[in-house]
Amino acid sequence: MSFLDLDERLLELAAKAELVYSPIVDIKEYPDDVDVVLVEGAVGNSEHRHLLEEIRRKTRILVAFGDCAVTGNVPSLRNPIPREEVLRAVYGDGDAPGLEEGDVPKLLPQALPLHAVVTVDRFLPGCPPPADRIWKFIQGLLAGKRPELVGADLRFG
Amino acid sequence: MREIKVPVTRIEGHGLITIDLDRGGKVARARFHVTEGRGFERFCQGRTVWEMPGITARICGICPVSHLLCSAKAGDAILAVRPPRPANKLRRLMNLGQYVQSHALSFFHLSSPDLLLGWDSDPKARNVFGLAQATPQLALDGIRLRAYGQEIIAALGEKKVHPAWAVPGGVHSPLAAEARDRLAAKFPEAMRIAQDALSLYENQMSGWADEVAAFGDFPSLFMSLVGADGTWEHHEGRIRFVDAERRIVADGLDPARYPEYIGEAVEGWSYLKFPYFQDAGYPDGLYRVGPLARLNCCDRIGSPLADAALARFRATADGKAVTSSFHYHYARLIEIVAALERIAAYLDDPETLSARVRAEAGVNELEGVGVHEAPRGTLFHHYWVDEGGVLTRANLIVSTGHNNLAMNRTVTQIAHRYLDGQKIREGLLNRLEGGIRAYDPCLSCSVHAVGQMPLKVVLRGPGGEVLDERARDA
Repeated sequence: MSFLDLDERLLELAAKAELVYSPIVDIKEYPDDVDVVLVEGAVGNSEHRHLLEEIRRKTRILVAFGDCAVTGNVPSLRNPIPREEVLRAVYGDGDAPGLEEGDVPKLLPQALPLHAVVTVDRFLPGCPPPADRIWKFIQGLLAGKRPELVGADLRFG
Repeated sequence: MREIKVPVTRIEGHGLITIDLDRGGKVARARFHVTEGRGFERFCQGRTVWEMPGITARICGICPVSHLLCSAKAGDAILAVRPPRPANKLRRLMNLGQYVQSHALSFFHLSSPDLLLGWDSDPKARNVFGLAQATPQLALDGIRLRAYGQEIIAALGEKKVHPAWAVPGGVHSPLAAEARDRLAAKFPEAMRIAQDALSLYENQMSGWADEVAAFGDFPSLFMSLVGADGTWEHHEGRIRFVDAERRIVADGLDPARYPEYIGEAVEGWSYLKFPYFQDAGYPDGLYRVGPLARLNCCDRIGSPLADAALARFRATADGKAVTSSFHYHYARLIEIVAALERIAAYLDDPETLSARVRAEAGVNELEGVGVHEAPRGTLFHHYWVDEGGVLTRANLIVSTGHNNLAMNRTVTQIAHRYLDGQKIREGLLNRLEGGIRAYDPCLSCSVHAVGQMPLKVVLRGPGGEVLDERARDA
């Protein structure tokens, strides 16, 4: 959502880059030969893991976008607690989702940062990264440079 | 049974629709599965009540403010304090900013591509950037209106997303005079955009009659907070239920006693629970929350432009409840105007600059409930703590959850109306998604899950075999 705080700069970006896969567009298959992907969120279930692996195979530069992707952050607060205990505490003793693969994916034993699952090329911290930081980062990528984040732009939270 | 699966985009979160066919090839059942879960209620155990606003705000990037404020209200109950009046006004102001940004996001960024470019338009261009090509001014307006709501949030909380500003007992800091002046200067543009969008919807509405009839048009209960005199309310008040005739079914209910009238069912096929109205049982106790419900439940909004719009809204249903979930869009646009009218009043109110913004206290109650109207509907945070304020248990009922039964009924209705044969065609796919999108579900919130990805649709046959799966291809 912080990405949308780019506001008018979104239109500028749309003129320079083609958005091929996102929660705000209708393409449902991750395409081949993607230049840059921003992946947010920790890896919490089997489907996240599969998609992330697919994204890695099809993408040149993979960016861990935001603190959950970079460190696991809040979702990883469950990591010391066994998966079944987490699900039982939320859903009770009956038929609970997430214990096994089914219509919904199985919860992984722990919520992981992206780099625990695949190779990550760049890290963009922040909860969320503020729009100005995102913009600075993207401009570096568009210029074909390794974006240099220094000082306050490296802050978590 | 046979089954069709549909992944859904342009919503917040991740989910799946399955459609099961009977032996005659007719729709036997359609289900909306939420595929994300994170276990917030469990891992919040052991954290303090003072940390909870900051932690639960991370449930969602769209409406972190709702969790922040609701959690602070649960904290008020545990401290057994009432926040000073200026703090209460500032919390309200932030929530209204949240309505503006969240409703603008839903209408302009996520749904207007369907409404304005067409349900059957090219999926590659059916997004906010396609909209920017087709109608640049409208797309820019949407961006600017959302930005105005975000600016209100940032003016109070110093951050646009996840501000750590509301605390048990009040808020952290008052509104600065120069921030107020800046917001006041930008107000006219925001109001102009909101009114234009509402007129646009009202002028074009007759062209969507087919979708209005199929996107979850059924009688049901509606639930929301209303003020003591029945006025539209978003932060305090009591719970009211009305039926499809807009008759009051229950009124003046104490939000802190929600377990007496709301039950929560669990199904193994969704991470999202199924709340229901207990008197009617499960699953008959289906009710809807959010903008449509708030407008159906209240007696009036309490400001001139919004009340005039409410009268036009009600006229479309002869004064009864508006029962099509398609009109969540309509209700959302009216609520933007309502929120802006109240924002104007707060920007004019010197008390919002007061430094009396926090009541200090220790732990005085071992259980507390916070309730609040998030953009998407009624939100409950319920905490149990020990003497030191450390949580021993938590229960959250989030806005999207209340609409779970209704969303399932909606996809069933749409499947009946638009499924043709055993293939998922584009028109069906996008309408199934559109039916879900009308609720503006925040699936991140609803299951307290992070990550936004498309939903899928799967079509299954009588033996459970997969007939078709979309995964709409590029």
